[in-house]
Order: sequence, then structure tokens, then C-alpha cells
Amino acid sequence: MKKLILGTAALALSAGMALAQDVVRLGTEGAYPPYNFINDAGEVDGLERELGDELCKRAELTCTWVTNDWDSIIPNLVSGNYDTIIAGMSITPEREEVVAFTQPYTPPSLSSYAALSDEVDLEGGVISAQTGTIQANHVVDTGATLLEYPTSDECVAAVRNGEADAVLADKDVLVPIVNEGDMVFVGEDTPLGNGIGMAFRKSDPELKDKFDAAIQSMKDDGTMNALIIKWLGEDSPRW
Amino acid sequence: MFASCADPSTLEGLNWLACYLTSGKHMAFYQSFLVVLALLAITAPAALLFGFGGAMAARSRIWPLRIFGRAYTAMVRGIPDIVFFLFVPVAMDQGFEWLRHKVKCPDWTEPVRQGSDFVVCPAAKLPLSTSPQWVHETYGFALAVLAFAVVFGAFAANVLYGAMRAVPRAQIETAEAYGMTPRQSFWRVLVPQMWIYALPGLSNLWMILIKATPLLFLLGVQDIVYWARELGGSKTSIFAYPHPDWRLYYFLGLLIFYLMLTRVSEAVLTRLTARLSHGQATLAGEAQRKAAQ
Repeated sequence: MKKLILGTAALALSAGMALAQDVVRLGTEGAYPPYNFINDAGEVDGLERELGDELCKRAELTCTWVTNDWDSIIPNLVSGNYDTIIAGMSITPEREEVVAFTQPYTPPSLSSYAALSDEVDLEGGVISAQTGTIQANHVVDTGATLLEYPTSDECVAAVRNGEADAVLADKDVLVPIVNEGDMVFVGEDTPLGNGIGMAFRKSDPELKDKFDAAIQSMKDDGTMNALIIKWLGEDSPRW
Repeated sequence: MFASCADPSTLEGLNWLACYLTSGKHMAFYQSFLVVLALLAITAPAALLFGFGGAMAARSRIWPLRIFGRAYTAMVRGIPDIVFFLFVPVAMDQGFEWLRHKVKCPDWTEPVRQGSDFVVCPAAKLPLSTSPQWVHETYGFALAVLAFAVVFGAFAANVLYGAMRAVPRAQIETAEAYGMTPRQSFWRVLVPQMWIYALPGLSNLWMILIKATPLLFLLGVQDIVYWARELGGSKTSIFAYPHPDWRLYYFLGLLIFYLMLTRVSEAVLTRLTARLSHGQATLAGEAQRKAAQ
């Protein structure tokens, strides 16, 4: 009997919570294929679209997608324009000072340099990277000249136009570009970041815990690995 | 869009292009042209209203109102537009939400500012997180219109203030001699005559407003610049229509659009000048009178 009462209370409580937070707004960049991009129908697509939809299903939440520029993606989260960031964002100590991350849903992945030819000076040359990314920080650390752009696509375009000698970005993002285009990987792959997670407002721990649990369940039953293979390829690190 | 577009990878040449240019993403691009035109259509009268109010305040006989009018024009004209556009919508949004929070959730005990978080109760959210996406977009657009109107209103206020002082003093004196009150002489004599003096300044502002519309993109409104950049970027085969970097062509399209818009504006403004000069005590008015004789 006691169990029954407890169970009913828990049910009532969770129902109340679901009412309080009717629609969860998922914020993403929409310009970081294959993680997230706007497909030709004008909708958010990619690994994180499929992941986010599945997580919302498992956490029994109604979700909508919102796109926001990478530059202002954290300020708009903390001022409440959407409830979470799911945008290929690596977990770093600097970001953890402002937002709360879930456990990573992709393992720490490699960052690579891509250029038009093998003979590029990665230490003394001009390297393009997206503003406010771990790659941009890394370029500064190596002593190369950093050229920042608001999107990853513009970083690649800068190399093709000769404004930068090479681009540093997530390897998963560069693989399709190198495979289909005129660019090659140069230098060593560098492990950066602690994996990619979802970011939440620090004042919103309940929502974060729900998604944390959902991510754990996807890791446990292997669906997360299946998603990684589908969108990032066989070579990308898995759980 | 068309049935033949179901599998883009089998298409070639013109068929491919036709399907490409009618994809859902392109439809959003075409619609964003309407967004820009709507912004112009709403902002121009709103800015004129702000400007008129500012000019009236600046020449008011009531001291605090006069100070307010002058401070408004001086401050807004002195602050770089981009700073203003980044600050005003965020500040206004948080201000509105804070007010609603105070009214709707008086029992809420948690602080609104928690570290870097801005947290109001769910009922105070603007728009509510349950509202559909178009409400969010319209709200963002409205904030943008307000920011544009405040900035361009300050410039318009200065133009109108100058124009009001440019109306020949003799006109007002005559009105006073007929026994009109200050209010009557303002609305019946000064305002109808000032437009011709204001027009060169206002037409400049209109042109600058047209050119400033890409700032919408900074405010997160998905305008033509956003879509041109998004569509023009190189696309790998993960997209249905892969292509190299085509931004140049998209931005050329925007260039033509803006040139056409300013060209049409020039023609309209020329006609408006001719019309407003009619019967005025200006050189252009005099020339019209001579030509009609």
C-alpha cells in the first residue's frame, strides 16, 4: 500500500513537472555538418537532429528546434531564448564556468588540419578556425597565426581562397570535405576537448538530469554507437 | 516541389537547377525578401513617428521634455549602430520579461539573476516557450523593428528639428497676426511647410535604412543575408544538392536587389520632391510657378 501511494505521488509529481515544462526548445547552430545542418527542405538535420529527437522521446518531452549563430549561442541560452544547446559543443572547463554540461554523447574526438597541399607550415603559417571553438584556442597555443570565421564553412573557404594556409576543425566535419574536394589532411591529428555534450543553464538541473539519463540509456543499448556510425563513419571513435 | 525532384542525384543540367532553385530552403530564401520589405514598410513610418516626437520634444517649451528630446537625439546618434542593435533587443527582451515576472509570479522566491543565468518563471517568458516557432520569430522581428525605429528616429528627429526651424519666420508671424494659437500655427502653418526642407535629409535616411537592413542578420532574424550565406556555402554530398562555394552568385543577387530598391526609391523621392515644392516659397517652388505661367 505504501509503495502504491509513493508510486502515485511520484507519478503525480512527474506529471506536474511535464506540465511546467511543456515544450523544450533545442538550440543548435545549423551550420556544422554532419553534426547539425539545415537540409534542403529548410529543416534542421544531422546527427544531433536524430539524437535530440530520440532523447526527447526517451525523456518523454516535447521538443522544438531553434537555430542560433554560434557566436551568441551561449548568451542566448543563459538569457532563456532556448533551453539547451545541442550543437557539436565540446565540454571545456571555460564553458563549464557558464553552463552545465551533460555527460558527453560522443567520445573525445580528433581535430585535424586540412590544406590544399602537404607542404604547409602548421606552426608558423596562417590557420583558420571557427570563432570561440577549442580549435581556435589550440591554434593560438601552437603559435600559428589564427584567422577566425563565424562558421566552419567559411574557414574552409578561406583555405581555398588562399587567405589561410590550413584549417583546423573537428575531423568528423573535415572528412566529407576532404573526401569530395581538392583538400588533403596535413600534420598529425590532435585530440582536443573532452567529448561533445549538451549544455544547459546552471539553474536548470532537472532538465539536464533527464537528458543525462536518456543519453546513458542510448549508450547502454548501443543506439548511440549506431548513430555515430551512420553520421560520422566507421572511423570515428565510439563508446 | 515538383514530382521530378524526388531524387536530385539523378538530375542534370537545367532540371537540376530548376529543382535546386525550388527546394524548401530556397522558398525560405525568397520569403526572406518579403521580411526585408516588411521591415522597411513598418520601420519607416515608425522611425518617422519617433523622429517627429523627438523633434517636438526638442523644441518644447517645457524644460524636462526639451532635455529628453535633445538627450535622445544626441545619445542615439552618438552610439555606434552595431552596439545599439546588439544591446537594445536583448535589454528590451529582458526588461519585458522582468516586468511580466513581477506581475505574473509574485510568489516566486528565486532570484532572477543566478550567476550568468537570467531566469524568470515559465509564465513570464516572452514569448511563452509553448508558443509555436512563428510567434518566436515575429517577436524577434518586432524587437528588431523597435531597435531600428529608435535609432533611425533619432536621426529623423534631428532632420525634422532643422526643417521646422527652416520654415520662414514670416509665415509663423502671419499666422500669429491672424490670431492663431501656437498649437494652430504649428499644425496648420509650420508642419505642412516643413516637409520640403526635411525631404533631402529624410531621403538620405531612407537610403541608409535600406542599406542597414542586413543588420537584421545580427539580430538573429533569418533575412536575405542569412539565407544567401547559408545557401551559398559549399555543400558536400550529405546535402541533396551538393555544390561548391556559390556565395559570390548569391551575394551578386543581393547586390542587384538592393540596387533596384534604391533606384526605385530615388524615382519616388524625385516625384515627391516635385510635389512638395508645389506652391512653396523655395527656389524649386518658384521655378514651378514660372513654368506654369
